[in-house]
Amino acid sequence: MAEIKLKPLTALGHDLPVTEALGPWTLTERFDVALASLAPRRGRLDEVRAAAARAGIPMSAPARAELGATFGAFWMTPDMWMVEAPFATHEDIRPALLAVFGDAASITEQTDAWVRFDLAGPELERLMERLSNFDLAPAPEGAATRTVIEHMGCYLIKRSAQAITLYGPRSSARSLHHALTVAAASLA
Amino acid sequence: MIINHPILGPRDAAEFVYLGDAALINRPDGMTASVETFHDYLYLRDNPAGEHRELWYHEQGDRSWLVVTRNTVTHEITKVELARDVARAQGRSK
Repeated sequence: MAEIKLKPLTALGHDLPVTEALGPWTLTERFDVALASLAPRRGRLDEVRAAAARAGIPMSAPARAELGATFGAFWMTPDMWMVEAPFATHEDIRPALLAVFGDAASITEQTDAWVRFDLAGPELERLMERLSNFDLAPAPEGAATRTVIEHMGCYLIKRSAQAITLYGPRSSARSLHHALTVAAASLA
Repeated sequence: MIINHPILGPRDAAEFVYLGDAALINRPDGMTASVETFHDYLYLRDNPAGEHRELWYHEQGDRSWLVVTRNTVTHEITKVELARDVARAQGRSK
């Protein structure tokens, strides 16, 4: 049987994740976060909330993101959250969550479906107002929303006044990166 | 136009996609309903000048389906509900 050698690549196709300056902002590609969606089964939300509380998995309020000690999470849609965990310890995140929730929730591995870009710098709303109709400036810290950037459905999380996280479709990673680069260049 | 999403608050109508009459929720049972019933469900729509219940999809947001009660003359929106709540209240969802 032929030996198959696979070389891990980042979403942008490099060996290592990209960190670059876009004008006054810094873009960091993150590949150290494992993701899984969590959807409580009908009528079992309270059970899931209790299990999540015991395991330290925050189940944030609608349109919000929360970070715990190990796990983070953001709200996606009614009765669905995305759970974030460190890739180094939770690469196989689904079994880890199954151990917590059993059959009370549907859990789907999402790590390789998304590219994550963290953006940091002052007045990020100047950049994002060119890309998305989400009103970033007045949004509170911890706001999380799905929005559309250049026709790509993305999740946008406001971590602080000067830091946001974007999750975009991994298969469109370069297109999203291009959109961010062009928008930043037009402001330079 | 602004749609006051029941969970996310006021959102621009550009984020939504319009499907049509909320009566679409009441699909007849395909195993028992007559052809005429299905014909009426598929093709016949009321076209009121006034209050209208409509299905809207939050395509650029959380992707929930909404039932929006809108006045087709003034565009005033008087009520916005999650479509799943409306459907369940009618016994549509198991």
